[in-house]
Amino acid sequence: MLELQAITAGYDRKAPVVRDVTLSVAPGESVGLLGPSGCGKSTLARVAALLHRPDAGTLLLDGDPVRRWRHRAPCAQRTAIGVVFQQPRLSADPRLRLTDLIAEPLRATGRRDEVRERVAELAPSVGLTPDLLDRRPHEVSDGQLQRACLARALLLRPRWLICDEMTAMLDASTTAALVAAVEEYRSATGAGLLAVGHDQVLLGRWCDRTVSWEKLTSTEAGE
Amino acid sequence: MTAPVLSVRGLSVRFLMPSGRRIAAVTDAHFDVAAGECLALVGESGCGKSVLASALLGLLPANAQAAGGAYLGDVDLLAADERTLARTVRGRLIGLIPQSPAAHLTPVRTVRSQLEETVVALTGTRGRAAVRQAAEAAAERAAFPAGHLDHHPHELSGGLAQRAATALALIGNAPLLLADEPTTGLDRDLVHHTVDELRRQVDVGRRALLVITHDLAAAERIADRMAVMYAGRIVEISDATAFFGLPGPRHPYSRGLLGALPERDFIPIPGMPPELGDLPDGCAFAPRCERATPTCTTLPAAAAGLVCHHPHVTEDLRA
Repeated sequence: MLELQAITAGYDRKAPVVRDVTLSVAPGESVGLLGPSGCGKSTLARVAALLHRPDAGTLLLDGDPVRRWRHRAPCAQRTAIGVVFQQPRLSADPRLRLTDLIAEPLRATGRRDEVRERVAELAPSVGLTPDLLDRRPHEVSDGQLQRACLARALLLRPRWLICDEMTAMLDASTTAALVAAVEEYRSATGAGLLAVGHDQVLLGRWCDRTVSWEKLTSTEAGE
Repeated sequence: MTAPVLSVRGLSVRFLMPSGRRIAAVTDAHFDVAAGECLALVGESGCGKSVLASALLGLLPANAQAAGGAYLGDVDLLAADERTLARTVRGRLIGLIPQSPAAHLTPVRTVRSQLEETVVALTGTRGRAAVRQAAEAAAERAAFPAGHLDHHPHELSGGLAQRAATALALIGNAPLLLADEPTTGLDRDLVHHTVDELRRQVDVGRRALLVITHDLAAAERIADRMAVMYAGRIVEISDATAFFGLPGPRHPYSRGLLGALPERDFIPIPGMPPELGDLPDGCAFAPRCERATPTCTTLPAAAAGLVCHHPHVTEDLRA
């Protein structure tokens, strides 16, 4: 289980954007989190991805509470989660070729010897051709770069995937292709998914269940 | 039908790369936009949509070459010099609604001051009170709330920034509005709102609107006609009602794009678009097309707003 319990998080202690939110994702389950822009859903996704330390509340990852965040998180917990962000341009190092971009998580965890094999295996599954792998981010389109970012997220075979507005910048066909790649990975590995977005139609079609942000935070609706 | 506001005739744009490669960003585009009409130009990212917009505004980078013609009234936009473009075209004949309004607005000045500056630059209004009044009227036209006029861009939400940018674009009373991805990154409610605002400018102001977008849902809501672009070429121009309803798109690519929507089949088009620097001789979509035959290695002729050897044809048309 990926369990977010009574999470309060934000960037200013006096005015947290996420207040007392509880949400859990069962193994193999896909949950769509819907909300308008600026509501705090991305912050919650960052908490779930161990990228933002909450002010209060607990995150349980397969039963173990998360005590450290970001680079201080233990390797086993960090690598159990794959993250795809909204803007591929901002989440890709412009100096890396796509191969190296995808391989970075293996390098970072000291498993260089697996790079060649894993990248060759993953690239076709996200629809990347060998000539694209040799290019740098400025030489590919947003859609192609996002495919590489998805491959990077899947590289360490995470048990949990967090997709924060993964397809907001993409056209219909690329969106469908990336969602298909995620679903293929999930049916092969049984990974759970938290997909954050504002497109009800898309998340409704993609996920087992969708939760709206208003429902999650309705306890404080009187504010 | 009234005379078109904008006529694009055989517009092509080539980029010359340092390596000597030529990138065919736009190839032989033909279309018209009339007053009171909205044409939506859709296609995948990187297909050349935004380059086409830059060509119309004379904002192509130095290594680009444009050929063909684009006529706005009696001005040929491609032949016009920078002085004409700056003094009579941008803002006055073409109002640009930019892709990311937050980046388009000057961050260190209030919305009011930017509106007033534009009023002074584009209209003959003079005198502090008159300018102030004209700026407020401009804000109201785009439904920008008067209470937010003294805010800086970073204090505005995405929707309000969009309206501020729209208000700026409308000041010059340009007959043609050009909206480049006006809804990217906005949530569904804001998309609807933005699109409805734009539509109102078309209906009430009798302006011509060219919307460039990859958001088909937004295009469906606003467009009278659809132009679909693939690998730099406009492959289909259709009436929007027929495109989204029955009989549906005629070009296999448009069909695939529409079928990829989550509310439809949610099936991606196999493969990826070709490189614009390395296009095949024939139909660029053929390698991904299920209807492709050996004929597709030659370029199909454009007929009835369609560039395809094997279009989807409805029964009554075939008879």
